[in-house]
Amino acid sequence: MFEKILQEMSQAVIDGNKEKCEELTRKLLGLGRSPKEILDRGLVPGMDVVGIRFRDNIIFVPEVLISARAMKASLAILEPLLTQGEVKEVGTCVIGTVKGDIHDIGKNIVGMMLKGAGFKVIDLGVDTKVEKFIDAIKREKPDIVGMSALLTTTMGYMKVVVDKIKEEGLAVKTMIGGAPVSQAFAEKIGADRYAKNAAEAVKRAKELVGVATIAVSDQSSVISHQ
Amino acid sequence: MNNHQFLQFLQSGKILVSDGAMGTELQKRGMPVGVCPEEFNISHPEIVQGIYKDYYDAGSDLVTTNTFGANRSRLAMHGFENRVREFCVKSVELALAVCPDKSGKFVAGSMGPTGDLIEPLGPRTAREVYDIFSEQAEALAEGGADALFIETMMAAEEAEIAVRAAKEKTNLPVAATMTFEFGKAGLRTMWGVDVKTAVSRLTDAGVDIIGSNCGRGFDEMIAIVRELRPLTVKPIIAQSNAGIPDWVDGISVYTETPEIIEPKAQEILDLGVNIIGGCCGTGPAHIRTMRRLVDKKQSL
Repeated sequence: MFEKILQEMSQAVIDGNKEKCEELTRKLLGLGRSPKEILDRGLVPGMDVVGIRFRDNIIFVPEVLISARAMKASLAILEPLLTQGEVKEVGTCVIGTVKGDIHDIGKNIVGMMLKGAGFKVIDLGVDTKVEKFIDAIKREKPDIVGMSALLTTTMGYMKVVVDKIKEEGLAVKTMIGGAPVSQAFAEKIGADRYAKNAAEAVKRAKELVGVATIAVSDQSSVISHQ
Repeated sequence: MNNHQFLQFLQSGKILVSDGAMGTELQKRGMPVGVCPEEFNISHPEIVQGIYKDYYDAGSDLVTTNTFGANRSRLAMHGFENRVREFCVKSVELALAVCPDKSGKFVAGSMGPTGDLIEPLGPRTAREVYDIFSEQAEALAEGGADALFIETMMAAEEAEIAVRAAKEKTNLPVAATMTFEFGKAGLRTMWGVDVKTAVSRLTDAGVDIIGSNCGRGFDEMIAIVRELRPLTVKPIIAQSNAGIPDWVDGISVYTETPEIIEPKAQEILDLGVNIIGGCCGTGPAHIRTMRRLVDKKQSL
């Protein structure tokens, strides 16, 4: 019975049905399912499908935001219940939109997907200065720093951050994304990875921490055809 | 020039050459990364005006003001939310001062997105967004702009609100351009708006000129114009980026040179655009090329 509810929950994430997500989360908890199982088998497969559909231009930013909101509502119920040690994080990411840039939609979507993939995500917000990135790296000891920029006038700041990380000799990998950013740009400024979209960001993040990527496309077909 | 002349020019069949980029030109001329480009209207008027002048000298019939982000919401990031009017009026005045004193030369007030999400996706109400655009439109009109150019729009709703505010609060002609990318679903904005939807919604909102700006380069702009042209009888405008940026010596350098874009710009003209220009990465040299092509076409 709960298998079906978990599937319904994935579908509710895909549909962006926040109320249903909350309702099913409570229902599953009531049936004695663990928060981790609900997360791993209800929410995450749903967000995986959202990521793939976004990548493939089947859905666009508004749909992803609505799905992210549904997932967030469910996470708000689950997170206080997730006991320490129960969920082994695959890695830690510090993310932020760089100085001078207030665009956070792409960054938020990536943050949500990374969370869904099991990363601990520390979001520094928008207009993030290099000092703030460096402080967060020293404090949180993340595996990855993710930077976002939407403007050609702000993308250059990514190099400022990458340079500072190298200058301070901090052992952290860098990953960048955003509309004007490209693989060539990433190579030029010495960033470790470039991700074209949120689904790819998860893939690259997993590469950086050495976790194998599961073929989510198989799961997605199951869910989308139910 | 008054606004009637602007639309009359287009209706007479004349093709206008707009300008190239502002942001990347400001960077080339020393603007540091991360500062507020619109504040340069006040602190570095000679740089902003120098860009306008270079565009007019290169053959632009109109320049677009350095006010892309001069709305209350975006300026708030820099603590300048109460300087919308000051930045907008000054930016238009700087352009008017170097606008060649002859018929057919214009100043267009640039209006970019607020960067906000509108309900139910985000916290902003449609009314608030309308007020934000109204304030900017009125300030640009007060400065003496001949037209308002609403640019780089991705969400149909925000573009519509901007057009309504501009039309209702000023008597200026209004152009609206959206940014499309080619993907598996064809040409769409990041919000999923296709060209057909953009045309119908902007037309309903009362726009005078429809088009596209920014994007991934001239090849995609050709595809956009090809799709857009049969969908409207209104004048259309195409302002492409010069490809995708690369990074050289601390600034973003775009890959499509004036030589590369020449045949592509020709194709865009032949598809029937009424205003051609550039966006990120295009500079006076690109405009000179377009000027030459337009003059040749109009002398035929």
